[in-house]
Amino acid sequence: MTQTTIAGHPVDVDPEGFLTDPGAWDRDIAAEIARDNGIPELTERHWQVVDFMRERYLRDGAAPSIRTLGKASGVPVKELYQLFPKGPAKLAAKIGGIPKPRGCI
Amino acid sequence: MSSRVVILGGGTGGTLAANRLHRALGDAIDVTVVDQDDRHVYQPGLLFVPFGLADPDHIVRSRSAQLASGIHMVLADVERVELEQRSVILAGGAALPYDVLVIATGARLQPEETEGMLGDAWNEHVFTFYDLEGATALRDALAAFEGGRLLVNVVDMPIKCPVAPLEFCFLADWFLRERGVRERTEITLATPLDGAFTKPLASQALGGLLTEKGIALEAEFATGRVEAGEGRIVSWDERELPFDLLVAIPAHGGAAYVERSAGLGDELGFVPCDPHTLQARAASNVFVLGDAANIPTSKAGSVSHFEGETIVENVRRMLAGEELRPSFDGHANCFIETGFGRALLIDFNYENEPLAGRFPEPHLGPLPLLRESRMNHMAKLMFEWAYWHVLLPGRELPGISNEMQTAGRHAPES
Repeated sequence: MTQTTIAGHPVDVDPEGFLTDPGAWDRDIAAEIARDNGIPELTERHWQVVDFMRERYLRDGAAPSIRTLGKASGVPVKELYQLFPKGPAKLAAKIGGIPKPRGCI
Repeated sequence: MSSRVVILGGGTGGTLAANRLHRALGDAIDVTVVDQDDRHVYQPGLLFVPFGLADPDHIVRSRSAQLASGIHMVLADVERVELEQRSVILAGGAALPYDVLVIATGARLQPEETEGMLGDAWNEHVFTFYDLEGATALRDALAAFEGGRLLVNVVDMPIKCPVAPLEFCFLADWFLRERGVRERTEITLATPLDGAFTKPLASQALGGLLTEKGIALEAEFATGRVEAGEGRIVSWDERELPFDLLVAIPAHGGAAYVERSAGLGDELGFVPCDPHTLQARAASNVFVLGDAANIPTSKAGSVSHFEGETIVENVRRMLAGEELRPSFDGHANCFIETGFGRALLIDFNYENEPLAGRFPEPHLGPLPLLRESRMNHMAKLMFEWAYWHVLLPGRELPGISNEMQTAGRHAPES
């Protein structure tokens, strides 16, 4: 765990840049993480996914999988990959300030 | 009057819970188990069927025969659960009222969730060994396999027995060597995980074994569709992997009735519950056991066994109006066949990832953890007897506690 500054806030992150405390997150932090990961601007569709991820994590203690995102976030899987290239679940979790999804066990 | 306990599912979890509850609470409860058929498959045996190491007929027994006398069995499909009415509605409309409900209907394979998986090639070039029919068809295909690209693909998590795809790769390597066609075969494991397994140290150890055996790993591969005609799978981000023979582990969901039961399950049909008391989030008189639960532990028979004690204690407390005991720690214990008569053993829970050490006795063992040994393989084979005669009757395995032990555990020497 290391401390860094994102959008002017001192925050703790893991070696891959995931926030370790979801409570330290705000929307400015989200926007800066997004920019650092190749998403210049978070659109309404991005937010729909990021907010859903956070909500679920805070409720269940685990981040939803891609399949759950596709079924329940209101954004189909194909579009998820357009919005968050490479790995939507991972990138949306990072932007949403929650720990890296572990794919359960 | 005795309390009515209805258990949905007569598999590993439902059977051991029924037998334990019946023994512990006797005449105070009336136990009914519901399942759609009377065929109890010893699921760990499915891994061995494709390699001719287990006879499909020998790993299936009657479900009702595993239940102690005095337990009722109803053979029927479940239409839905009505939480408010405390009633299970069976197909055809009959109602089965309950005071306490235990959900143990496991996980269901959903090959139809992946575009192109079911089609002409299903059980021809595209197989799964996760059910008896598929494992048997795959046995015939592997016996006739003359080399080419063997692709093992985990479509999505969660799956039952997350180590089974690895074991399949290890056993395929052994089997094809024995048959003399390994040199003409490329084996690849494609997984949505970022490594061989979910837990870091075990993932390293198992990844090392894959490399040693010349098995390629395609990590972070999220399967979008199967193009069976072209012989390839394509990920959502348009990576392509070719195959001559595809062994797919399809996406899993919960039982179909869960989706028809208002407020009970999540989007995938699994049932959210407290990870320590196993009480369903949806209703205080509903408990969840085994693969059906949405909790962060493995979907594995050992987990159902370790949950058994917690279920019995908490059903008793619920009926007595006492506070529940949060005793389940996420304990899982899995043998991992590595081929050539050897196996690895891992032991872990919510808090502790699999480490090296000895099991079940710290320092003494006799079984080594996170290391290949012949004795682990023998123990895995002997486990089948224990499954039918100790686990399902709801007895404790001698020397093996439900809570995970941490004494003598350490990171493996690399």
